[in-house]
Amino acid sequence: MAEVDIRTTTINFGPQHPAAHGVLRLVLEMDGEVVERADPHIGLLHRGTEKLIEYKTWLQAVPYFDRLDYVSPMCLEHAYALAVETLLQIEVPPRGQYVRVLFSEITRLLNHLLNVTTFAMDVGALTPALWAFEEREKLMEFYERASGARMHAAWFRPGGVARDLPGGLESDIESYVDTLPRVIGDIEHLLNENRIFKQRTVDIGGVSVEDAIDWGFSGPMLRSAGVPWDLRKAQPYDVYDRMEFDVPVGSTGDCFERYMCRIEEMRQSIRIIRQCIADMPTGPVMTANPKVAPPSRADMKQSMEALIHHFKLFTEGYHVPEGETYRAVEAPKGEFGVYIVSDGSNRPYRCRIRAPGFLHLAATDHLCKGHMLADAAAIVGSMDIVFGEIDR
Amino acid sequence: MSETLKEIGAAARSRHGNSVGGLVFHAGQATLHAATPDIISLLTWLRDDTSCRFRQLVDLTAVDRPEDEKRFSVVYNLLSLQHNLRLRVAVAVAEDEDVPSCFPVFSAALWLEREVWDMYGIRFQGHPDLRRILTDYGFEGHPQRKDFPLTGHVEMRYDEEQKRVIYEPVKLTQAFRNFEGMSPWEAAGMPGMAKDG
Repeated sequence: MAEVDIRTTTINFGPQHPAAHGVLRLVLEMDGEVVERADPHIGLLHRGTEKLIEYKTWLQAVPYFDRLDYVSPMCLEHAYALAVETLLQIEVPPRGQYVRVLFSEITRLLNHLLNVTTFAMDVGALTPALWAFEEREKLMEFYERASGARMHAAWFRPGGVARDLPGGLESDIESYVDTLPRVIGDIEHLLNENRIFKQRTVDIGGVSVEDAIDWGFSGPMLRSAGVPWDLRKAQPYDVYDRMEFDVPVGSTGDCFERYMCRIEEMRQSIRIIRQCIADMPTGPVMTANPKVAPPSRADMKQSMEALIHHFKLFTEGYHVPEGETYRAVEAPKGEFGVYIVSDGSNRPYRCRIRAPGFLHLAATDHLCKGHMLADAAAIVGSMDIVFGEIDR
Repeated sequence: MSETLKEIGAAARSRHGNSVGGLVFHAGQATLHAATPDIISLLTWLRDDTSCRFRQLVDLTAVDRPEDEKRFSVVYNLLSLQHNLRLRVAVAVAEDEDVPSCFPVFSAALWLEREVWDMYGIRFQGHPDLRRILTDYGFEGHPQRKDFPLTGHVEMRYDEEQKRVIYEPVKLTQAFRNFEGMSPWEAAGMPGMAKDG
């Protein structure tokens, strides 16, 4: 047989492509329509967050976390707050812990509603996205009522949360989450048995348990492969140990199971939200330690001490004892961790941000190899990519 | 939990000899100090031994301390799903020293090591694809080093005459101000001013 010269074609996917989820530049080496090699080029959204944080006080670093994964801002603040609390050795009062768990789960709903439906959009279904954006808007309203901002809340602070929930918010959230299962059911009704959706997702981008662990997967990406691992269960933080919920686990780790895991996680989030509201204690939401928590307005009018504390906290900031710590939360996308090295000053010496999406995207080549070009879009969509956290 | 980690630390020491230093506990978390030549065998042992099973490399990063003799420390953040344990392994690295790549042990290191190379300029020997990852194509310098200025060295703009994006040295309209915010009284060593916080 005569030798045949096989030539691969290199194509450039993104960075301005609707299925690139932001600014992903994917260089694909194609043999016909089959992906031979996928080389993601990232960093187009790199803002040097870790470096900037080194030049800010501990409190000024909080808003940077909202701008990492801007689809689930509060969960990221949560990781940072936990890390600083560990170094400061302060406790958050019970109500503070409950409202943080409550809003972490609202954040999970926000994230999964976006991911599940934009993933469906990547493989051809437009309607779920339109429905979910309406729900996201309602959830962001709760964000706004609690923190004053729809997205970049800067509301979880080391020591608790910035301010207590306004009156009536808890009951409004409770009555809202009663309506949400119907919307999730509608989305499922459109997708679960949808022939096109299943053809595009079942057995696409599957990953074995060994590979998922080896590549550093976490969150729904790891669970859909069949590893029952959830940091809220395994290493509970705040009051997650008091919450009753199930962890959905898949078996093949393909795109469809990732989608199913996220759908079920939304149902479990609703369960947690209901428990949080039912068990919500009264009391302060911020630690009473005056060296960390700002004094109340009323106190500042009366007490010289409080005025000095306020001034010191918002100019010099607080000092965090020397040491290092790594704290991780189960963010909607997976394990989001913050590794902090403190030299005892009023600014972090080093603040490393461990983003789950970074490691998921690192495995793109592994997942896409041998699949068709159109499947690459489905795989990237199912990974739940947000470039804010990957590029940092 | 800390008991198990102490046992792992002792076992690592007896197995890998003097290259493994002590196990340091801080805030309930353990850091194992090790040396560069043996890091791969140590990580492989931590991954495979039944008492450890640290099969996931959660994070790999570095810390820069320019005043130290070996300025960088490379930190491996390991997670054992089986025993629900976390362990950090820290390796001190000098500026001109290479670190063996742990990509053969953990695939997750592929991009994590690229990032550390990009940000700190630490070379990983044996890494299959040690390109820059987060910075721009053709970027010079390693931005996370403490001696790299926050503002960087070059800025970029679209040039109307050349009809392309050009790079120029950074021009600041206002000098960079480093707001340390520390009380001047403490620096001057004034008596009676207790450190706040």
